[in-house]
Amino acid sequence: MNTTITENAVAVRNVYKNYGDVEALRDLSLDFPKGQLTSLLGPSGCGKTTLLKIIAGLLPANSGEVLVNGQPVSGPGPDRAFVFQDFALMPWASTIRNVAFGLELRGVAKSEREAVAEKYIAAVGLKGFENSYPHELSGGMRQRVGLARALSVNAEVLLMDEPFSAVDEQTRRKFQEDLLGLVQNENKTFLFVTHSIEEAVYVSDQVAILLPRPSRVSEIIRPQGFRNKDVDSIRRDPEYLDLVDKIWASLRSYVE
Amino acid sequence: MFTRHRAVILKLCSAIFMFGAWEIAGRIPVSFAFPTFFESLAAFWVLIMDGSMFRAYAETLKPLVIGVLISGFFGIAIGLWIGLNRAFDWLVSPIFVVMQTAPLAALIPLLVMAYGIGLTSKVFVVCIMAMPVIVLNTAGAVRNTSVSLIEMGKAFLGTRRDIILKIILPSASPVIFAGLRLGVSAGFIGAILAELKITPTGVGDIISYSRSIADYPSMYAAIASIIVLAVLFLNLLERLEGFLFKGNRKTLVSD
Ligand SMILES: Nc1ncnc2c1ncn2[C@@H]1O[C@H](COP(=O)(O)OP(=O)(O)OP(=O)(O)O)[C@@H](O)[C@H]1O
Ligand SMILES: [Mg+2]
Repeated sequence: MNTTITENAVAVRNVYKNYGDVEALRDLSLDFPKGQLTSLLGPSGCGKTTLLKIIAGLLPANSGEVLVNGQPVSGPGPDRAFVFQDFALMPWASTIRNVAFGLELRGVAKSEREAVAEKYIAAVGLKGFENSYPHELSGGMRQRVGLARALSVNAEVLLMDEPFSAVDEQTRRKFQEDLLGLVQNENKTFLFVTHSIEEAVYVSDQVAILLPRPSRVSEIIRPQGFRNKDVDSIRRDPEYLDLVDKIWASLRSYVE
Repeated sequence: MFTRHRAVILKLCSAIFMFGAWEIAGRIPVSFAFPTFFESLAAFWVLIMDGSMFRAYAETLKPLVIGVLISGFFGIAIGLWIGLNRAFDWLVSPIFVVMQTAPLAALIPLLVMAYGIGLTSKVFVVCIMAMPVIVLNTAGAVRNTSVSLIEMGKAFLGTRRDIILKIILPSASPVIFAGLRLGVSAGFIGAILAELKITPTGVGDIISYSRSIADYPSMYAAIASIIVLAVLFLNLLERLEGFLFKGNRKTLVSD
């Protein structure tokens, strides 16, 4: 494998975004190397969701451009799947229909898409809840339905907006390990928004730290040493601990 | 199961209470023109046995069913369009707001002048009563569809048609059905109003004829029968909704 030249799955170039008078993103540029996981870390309201939605093609940027596999983005595409911060589940649809919905919209036959959905429902630990409705699930379970929906369309780029925010700590740790497995085994690119410094350092190939509004990238941190280590020993690795401290040091000024 | 029984028992209690109050009011009497419940029930029985009730409904149901079907179909379609399209909203919504607030009795002579005294005018009256609330409810519900669900549909490559059929309509359905229920009730009122104000036919004929000969029990029997029919129909509509959109009902209760 060639590790010196890494292609970018997603490239964001000089993007500006205003909501009326609110300037959300100012001249933001960031590369997302193919097959890697990039975390976006930054204070609440700094524009992480906005950036993800621009990449997804759900929001137009005011200026600048976004390239996915070298092609400029003009709208949503089959190469990208989104995990929504607010889950965005259809309350009138059962778990299996919600998870299979992406495939349903692509015209995949019912039996086929439900087979795929069942696989991912099991993967996120919701086996047995296929026919439950969202209001019958807990917050964390709903979030996992949204996760399974994004996984089941098999897109190259996964845009995950705080995908583990509502799950319990045990599940969260298991998902973080699963995510590391996914990054390693499937050649997918992950864009991962989180508020947890530990989580970002634990799962990421690179961590982009965003400034408060109007948002730009202030720093990119690339954990080096522990990426190939056993998942259990990462949390005790000195580099991991150092990076967590370092990121906290640069973020704490915005909290105070 | 237990709660289901309880619902039936409570509904029965409510009916007994209402009919009891009617009976007592009739016995006091509130007015010499107000018969007791049992007198009306007897009159109802006579009207059923001599077949005049069935003949009357054969007439009354014509404008009612046609009007309600037209209002339901076009009401939802127009409402959907208004909800999806700002310009159309500004163009068309005022018509329905005016329709909803217009004094219908004053409009009936105009309708008769334009369409005569036949079925057409009666269908119009039913539509004028039923359609506005269906249109306005549908439009409001469509406009209030969760932005994040629509975004989800787009992100997973739904076409505009997919998003309307699979996201907007199901999410609007509880409010659309609420509008349908109100619209249908108004349609029943419209059907009787048309028969009283345009030409006495059907149930309206029983009402006005029995009033003219001071046969008040028959008059109230006819009025009560239309109310009972309306209630039965509304229940049917509720079943249909429950059948079509299983998850929705429960969400409304819990969320
Ligand atoms: N539709 C909108 N209209 C107006 N302003 C908006 C809209 N969406 C977001 N904003 C503003 O843009 C800024 C960035 O919002 P965004 O949702 O991207 O933040 P975020 O980084 O995802 O925050 P969080 O971590 O809390 O999810 C916020 O200040 C918000 O007020
Ligand atoms: Mg956000």
